[in-house]
This record gives sequence, C-alpha cells and structure tokens, in this order.
Amino acid sequence: MDAILSFFMTFLPRAVAQSVPLLCGATGEILTEKSGNLNLGIPGIMYVGAISGVIGAFFYENSGLQFIPAVAIIIPIVCSLLGSFLMGLLYCFLTVTLRANQNVTGLALTTFGIGVGNFFGGSLITLVESDVPSIVLSNTSACFKMRLINSANPGWFEALFLNYTFMTYAAIAIAIICGFILKRTKVGLHLRAVGENPATADAAGINVTRYKYLSTCIGSMIAGLGGMYYVLDYMNGIWSNDGFGDRGWLAIALVIFTIWRPGASVWASILFGGLYILHIFIPTGTDMAIKEIYKMLPYLVTIIVLVVVSLRKKKENQPPASLGLAYFREER
Amino acid sequence: MIESDVAVALRGITKIFGKTVANHKVSLDIKRGEVLAILGENGSGKTTLMNALAGIYAPDEGHIYINGEEVEITSPRIAFSYGIGMIHQHFKLVDVLTAAENIILGLKEPGGMNLKKVGLRVEEICEAYGFDLNPQKKVYDMSVSEKQTLEIVKVLYRGADILILDEPTAVLTPQETNKLFAVLKNMREDGKAIVIITHKLHEVMEISDRVAVLRKGEYIGEIQTSKTNPQELTNMMVGRAVSLNIDRPEPQNRELRIEVKNLNVVSEDGIQKLKDVSFQAFSGEILGIAGISGSGQKELLEAIAGLQKASSGEILFINDDGTSENLIGRNPVAIAQKGITLSFVPEDRLGMGLVGNMDLSDNMMLRSYRKGSGPFTDRKSPHALAERVVEELSVMTPSIETPVRRLSGGNVQKVLVGREISLSPRVLLTAYAVRGLDINSSYTIYDLLNRQKALGVAVIYVGEDLDVLLELCDRILVLCAGHVTGVVDGRSITKEEVGLLMTQHGKEEAADE
Repeated sequence: MDAILSFFMTFLPRAVAQSVPLLCGATGEILTEKSGNLNLGIPGIMYVGAISGVIGAFFYENSGLQFIPAVAIIIPIVCSLLGSFLMGLLYCFLTVTLRANQNVTGLALTTFGIGVGNFFGGSLITLVESDVPSIVLSNTSACFKMRLINSANPGWFEALFLNYTFMTYAAIAIAIICGFILKRTKVGLHLRAVGENPATADAAGINVTRYKYLSTCIGSMIAGLGGMYYVLDYMNGIWSNDGFGDRGWLAIALVIFTIWRPGASVWASILFGGLYILHIFIPTGTDMAIKEIYKMLPYLVTIIVLVVVSLRKKKENQPPASLGLAYFREER
Repeated sequence: MIESDVAVALRGITKIFGKTVANHKVSLDIKRGEVLAILGENGSGKTTLMNALAGIYAPDEGHIYINGEEVEITSPRIAFSYGIGMIHQHFKLVDVLTAAENIILGLKEPGGMNLKKVGLRVEEICEAYGFDLNPQKKVYDMSVSEKQTLEIVKVLYRGADILILDEPTAVLTPQETNKLFAVLKNMREDGKAIVIITHKLHEVMEISDRVAVLRKGEYIGEIQTSKTNPQELTNMMVGRAVSLNIDRPEPQNRELRIEVKNLNVVSEDGIQKLKDVSFQAFSGEILGIAGISGSGQKELLEAIAGLQKASSGEILFINDDGTSENLIGRNPVAIAQKGITLSFVPEDRLGMGLVGNMDLSDNMMLRSYRKGSGPFTDRKSPHALAERVVEELSVMTPSIETPVRRLSGGNVQKVLVGREISLSPRVLLTAYAVRGLDINSSYTIYDLLNRQKALGVAVIYVGEDLDVLLELCDRILVLCAGHVTGVVDGRSITKEEVGLLMTQHGKEEAADE
C-alpha cells in the first residue's frame, strides 16, 4: 500500500507538471477550433510564446535594475502573451481576411515559429557567451516555482494537491473557465454556432469575423503561456534550441482525444503527461528504442479514441462542422 | 410617394456580382396585412433582392425605406432591428444545437442564458399561430417541416413583423404546405407583412394577394392575384407565351423491363431504408416515384444502378427474349459487362454525376475512360460527344473547355442528361431531374424524357413536385418511410390522394398502437 502511495506521490506531481504545456495548448486550440479555425500553427505559437517570455525575462534579469519577484513574473507573461497574440493575429489575417488555406497556413506558422524561436534563442546564447548552448534564467525561474506550501516533508494530501506552482493552477482554472463559457454562456453558444455553420451565425447577426479573430488570438495566447511555462517553470529557466519536443502536436492530439471539451482536457492532459514520462518510471535499462515506444503511447491512445468516436457517430462528438473552411458571405 | 400602409419600399435596387447583374433598378412595395408573392425564374434575382433587405448582401445602388424612413441595412442584425425576418431556402440552423438554442442565437438580450424562459416564450408563439415545436429537440433530429417551423418561430421570437419566405414549400408535402399556408394567413390577419418567393404558380394563386414579377434581374410589373391567371403570370415571368402543359403520349410497345421483388436495404448506420419494395417498370413508360425526401428514393435508384448494397430481395432486368438477369450484388461495371445499359442521373449533379472542375469533354469521358488503346485514353470521341450534346440540347456554355461548375444549374443538368442518354440506355433512372431548374430548362428535360420514352426506354423519374409527377408520369409509385404505399395511375389520381399515400405509413402505425 505504502509503495503504491509513494509511487503516486512521485509519479503524479511529475505527470501534472508535464501536463501544463499540453493543457494550455489544448485549451487554446479548442477555443480556436470551436470558431472553425484549424490552427496547426499551435506548436510554433507555443514556441514563440516560450521565446518571447525568455526574451523578456533575459533582459529584465540582465538589466541591472533591482530584482522584484512580482515584476519578474509579470514581464515574461506579458511578453509571452504579446508574442503568441501576434502569431494568432497573423494566422487570422491570412486565413480569415485573406482566406488562405488553413492547413498550409498553420503548418507554415509552425515552421516559422520554431525558426523565430531558434533565431532569437541563438542570438541570446551568443550574447551571454556561455560554454554550453543554453540560457539559464534561474532567478526568474525561482519566482515561477514558488509554491503554496514550503514543507520539506509534505503529507500525501499536500504532495498530491497543493504542491504545484501557480501556473499549474492557472492553467487548470483557464481550462475550466473556457469549458464553462463554451457550454453555459451566450458568447459560447455564438462561438459554437460560428464554428458549426458560419452562414447561419452570420444571418443570425453574429459577427463571424470578430468571433474568429478573438477566439483564435485568445487561444493562441493561452497556448503561448504553455510554452513559457515549459521553459521558465518546468525546465527551471533553461532555454536550449529545439528543446520543446513534440508537445505542440501532443496538444493538438489532446483536442481530438477530449472531443473538443476544455474541462475534460484537465484530466486528459494529466493522463497524456503521465504517458509521456511513463518510460522514466518503467525500468527499460539503457535501451533507447523501448523508451521511444513508450513515448508513442499518447498518440496510440488518440488514434484509438478517434476510431471509437468515429464508430459511435454521435453528432455532438464530431469536430465543428465548418472546421478548416474559410467563410465568405457573398460566395454564391 | 410612399403610401401609409407600406411597410417596406425598395427604390432602384441594383446588385452586381462580378459581371452578372443580379438586380437592376428594382423598385417594390411591401404592405402590411398582405401576402406578396415574388415570382420569377431561377436566376431572376428574387432571392438576391430579398437578401439585400435581410442584410445578407449590400446593394450596390438604390434606397430602402421602412415605414417611410430611409434606412441602410448593412447586416442581418440591423435587419432584425427593423423587424425584418427572412426564412432562407436552405435553412440557417445549427444542427447540433437545440431549437431553443437556435432561436436565441445572435440575440442581445440582457442577462444570462436562460433556456427555460426561452422555451416558455416559444410555446406562447406556437399557441398564438398554431405551430407545433419542441424547444428541447436537437435540429438534427427534426424533419424538414419541423426545421421550417423552427425558422419561422425564430424570426417571430425576434419580433419580426415583415417576414420573407424563400421557396418555403419546395420540400413540403401538400398537407404540410396547407398547414404552412394556414399559419401564414393567421399572420396576415395579425397585420404582418409577408413576402413569399416562389416559382410555383398554383401557390401564388392560392396564398398571395399581390404578385410582383422579376425577370433576369429586372422588375417586370405587379398585379393583384385576383385579377390574373397562371398563364398570364407565366408569360410575364418568361417574357413570351409558353405552353404550360406537359406532354404525356400513350406508352408504346409496353414490355416488362425491370422487376423488383421484396427489396430490402439497410443503411450503414443500421437504419432500414427500404422494406419489402416490389414493383415493375415497363419499357416505353415513365414510372414516377413520389415521396417525402428521404423516404428511400435515393437508395432505390442506387440499388438498381448497382451502387447500393441490398440486404435481400431481387432486382431483375428482363431482356427482350424474356430471359432475366439479377442485378443484385453487381457493381456498375459488372452490370455494363452483362450488356445492360443503365443510365443514372443522380440527385447530386456536381458530386455523383459530374466533376465540377473538369470541362465538358472530360466529363463525357467519365463514361468512356476505359476505352482507347493501351495506357492511352481516347479523347477524340468524348470531345465530339460533348460538341453534339451542346448542339442538340442547346447548352449555353462559353466553350467545350469550360469547367462545368461555371455553368448554370439547367445547363449542368443538360450536360449530364445528354451524356447519359448518349449511351442509348434501356433503363433511365433520374433523381430530381428538374430540381433548381427554371421553367424553360425543366420543359427541355421533360421533352428529353418523353423522347426516351418514345424510344422504348424504361424511364424511372423520382420527383418532388407532385403537379409535375401527375402530368408527366404514366404510373406513380409512392414511397413512405421505405415502404411502397401504392402504385397508382398517373392519369386518374389526384394530388391529395398521392399526398395522403406519402404520409400514410406512419399514420397507420400510430393508429395501430
């Protein structure tokens, strides 16, 4: 019994810590897809969100000003939000205003975002002239890692529920709020209508363009926060180029896994986070190949869910009906 | 000068799409307590004009006056604020939402989302005008008629007193149409201004007080319904004298061609689409198939064409020498290899019938791509065929190389029918062959079908307009929820009797319970 509990006490917090970028990415993408925009640029946007936060934190830490923890938290968040907002705006301008193909635009944004991240990351690395190709922002990270409790030997309740950083709670709160808005408010109803049938929403007097822009930009900002969390919190403030892995794609898989429900993505992201790090907890020796197979688990689960959902053919479980399609009112 | 009972006055409305002039200087009055019918062929600009009033399109020129004051309607929301509600031909409803959610879509009422309150008000409206609607029902569970009711309740909920209905009866049974007209009359008594867009003359005569006719985007004139007749209206609409009678020659050399015995079809999601369907089709005869849309017409035709799997039953093709072939379990290629020429004009012209982005001659090739020597296709004969079809059926197209999606609906249909009859078929299956076509094109298609009939082809005609079915077909098979509820003589039956057969099956069951 004790062995199981102690396993959970070490495994669950790590799964939760791992889940936050996925949760942010998935919440942002659900919000975006509910407006009918299939934003495959999410991995790039999360990358830009991360580097924007890092740039802000880097210049604040090295500015020589007096280091105030609250400012050290606010500056990276604002920078991250701004960076990913601009990415979302670019996506909207291309797909909504110019009606470019959403898939192509999204994939281009992912490539672009990773390029932007690596370019500025590389520039910062040359600025610090360090021996290793990475930037360390330990002061900022320490602010992000402040916790509710500070006991060296927490009980099981504290360890499982209270021992997380504030960004973790924020991500869960954002997801639950988004779920509530989508399901229970008029704004959510309108947004769902835009994604299902923009012509209908338009005829009902809903401003389709505004809803698409707003939900996509807000979604991008939420996703960008996930990228920033990864560097400044999970990685203890260490940025290295291409360090983000495939978490962006995993977030998009999570959207399908939860069938477009932000509330469900809270537990689903913890499940995915757990599956993602399962290989560390299962003794696999030094065989890297087996580790890679374990890393595949989240995608496998997503495929199974897709198959099951497609078999059941329930209307509510389908993606928004106009997902991926541009809307033009006067098209005949 | 605008009179006091005029709710809406349109003055000099012009709308241009690219090079097409959809409306040219149209002026029109809509009056309170009156049903105005806007009559015109397809592409005459009826819907465009009303869309300008509903805020969907912005007119390029002209003025709109509401209660005597000039207004600018740049969005549907502004149209609502002036009490204008439009019920579109293609319903503007979100499938996964409930009736109540669809009703409050886009409404800016103070307070949160209270669906219970919405439900109560919906019931009030239903009671006042005689509707039947369940606010909690999801749209995807609704019948066409229920969806239309929902659309009307939706605009009434918004307090509309100017209602525009675009082709409201296109998908309704005669009984449902009568119900709709009764409701419209209630609303007229209530002082609402009602506009109905249609090209069905008998409906104009039945429901409207005044008729305005549009032709090729221009306003031709208006007339009191009581002072006109269908022939005069048709002449106004088409611009010249047109005979409204459809030819129905007596069948010649009538021989059994297709015999269907106890055919059962179950769709992929396990719904029984056809149940014990049995009938015979003869050469030199047009067999009409009537029924509410979705009663199994599509499955029946596709089963005969070899596109739909049947779970049991037989479909026999009878040769001239009396021998027969079972078509069940054979795909279209296998059927053709048996020497049976079946032609199929599907409902979905630019989906199943033609490829929109390909030109005329490539579309002809869809039937002959297997021909040619070795790996090379034969492109010459399809091109020649395309030219022949264009000439014989007078298809209006810039060239043979034009992608078919750029042609108008009537011309697309002519290309498709032309290709199918060029195979000199023994059996011709057509689904909704005149859907969306104007009067002229429709009559061309009726002529083509009659010519095939004279050539000894067994023609099966699935239609939705009962008036046409009754005038064109020798016999009519009525489907209701996948059951055959009757095979009747097209010459002696009345529309009401067919309408009754179309809805009979469900009622019998209800009576049994």
